[in-house]
Amino acid sequence: MLLPLTPSQTVGPFFSIGLLHAPMLAELVPAGTPGAIRVHGVVFDGAGEPVTDALVELWQADPAGRYPAGAAGAGGFSGFGRSGTAADGRFDFLTVKPGRVAGPAGTLQAPHLNVGIFARGLLRRLATRLYFPDEEAANAEDPLLSGLAPAARAALIAEPAGEASVRLDIRLQGPGQTTFFAL
Amino acid sequence: MEPGVDPPYLYPDYGSTRLRAPSEPLVVVAHTLSELTGPVYGASAIGELDADLTRQHAGEPLGERIVVTGRVLGSDGRPLQGQLVEIWQANAAGRYLHEADRHDAPLDPNFSGAGRCLTGDDGSYRFTTIKPGAYPWRNGPNTWRPQHIHFSLFGRAFSERLVTQLYFPGDPLLEHDAIVRSIPDDAARRRLVASLDFDVTVPEWALGYRWDIVVGGRHETPPDED
Ligand SMILES: [Fe+2]
Repeated sequence: MLLPLTPSQTVGPFFSIGLLHAPMLAELVPAGTPGAIRVHGVVFDGAGEPVTDALVELWQADPAGRYPAGAAGAGGFSGFGRSGTAADGRFDFLTVKPGRVAGPAGTLQAPHLNVGIFARGLLRRLATRLYFPDEEAANAEDPLLSGLAPAARAALIAEPAGEASVRLDIRLQGPGQTTFFAL
Repeated sequence: MEPGVDPPYLYPDYGSTRLRAPSEPLVVVAHTLSELTGPVYGASAIGELDADLTRQHAGEPLGERIVVTGRVLGSDGRPLQGQLVEIWQANAAGRYLHEADRHDAPLDPNFSGAGRCLTGDDGSYRFTTIKPGAYPWRNGPNTWRPQHIHFSLFGRAFSERLVTQLYFPGDPLLEHDAIVRSIPDDAARRRLVASLDFDVTVPEWALGYRWDIVVGGRHETPPDED
């Protein structure tokens, strides 16, 4: 018999005092790491206004396509990071592009970041993914992307934003809404 | 999981959900390693005084000292060992040490209001803190949050990540709070209320509260039907 789950509640507006601390911050790798990329964007609400009190979390594989196991925070690549959004709604990570990870039934997934969004006004986490614009071939055979309508698929692929930098905005509601998953 | 455990995204009585709830239904995806793995933090992520919020400054904070403990369990009943538990809360006057908190109540120089610990072999966590005060919020003209402590847990996988709030038994604000009431099922709401426990209570020193937390995959949740 399964135990009933503990319900979710909003993270509220004051989470930074409890959640934004080392070692789980927005730099998943130290500045200057070979292959480091900026991953950034703005979180928008249904009125098109930036959400200035959101928390964005990343969980990702390493460049070899392996999810880190064991004790993170003891040095090395943890695969996890957090960024609060700033006064302009922007989150901003420094990380490395993950490798490809196995998908269902012998498939291979395209490189992607698993993204969680929390905020005041979100009673539960929102989960999505970020895919990379320079991975057209891998994206074309990604099993999750392949199952989505074109607009829902496009909403998950970041755009190039200069050297070693990609941008993906997160739209919580309305036209161009980000594709969110039931996990 | 049974219906009604988690709140819907759109709950108009909680005004901030109106422009932040997704309007499109969630997309159900097959679980892969991406959803079935998650970060594991060890002892190096924890400082010596992180689990005792009353000892993080030179003096003791004002307010009612309490012990809060319980077990973190998977939905299969197994205790989750070595699980990072993060908490944050208002001080005894109902004020957060946060620049955006405009409540006209005093800060306490001896209280920061943040803590973390790792669960033990039996899945248990334990914090010493002070009972947070209720505080007003601008959801309506005269709306007040019940006393609560924010909790954050990773679970065993990205799909099990949980952020929630602990409430206190007998708080008359619980039935008036839109955030509590957003949980559809009354039994599920009650699972967020800790129990006063005299086995946890330390005589002559601190009242004790017990609160178990159950985490699990939420993938059988049907998409919101609004
Ligand atoms: Fe709060």
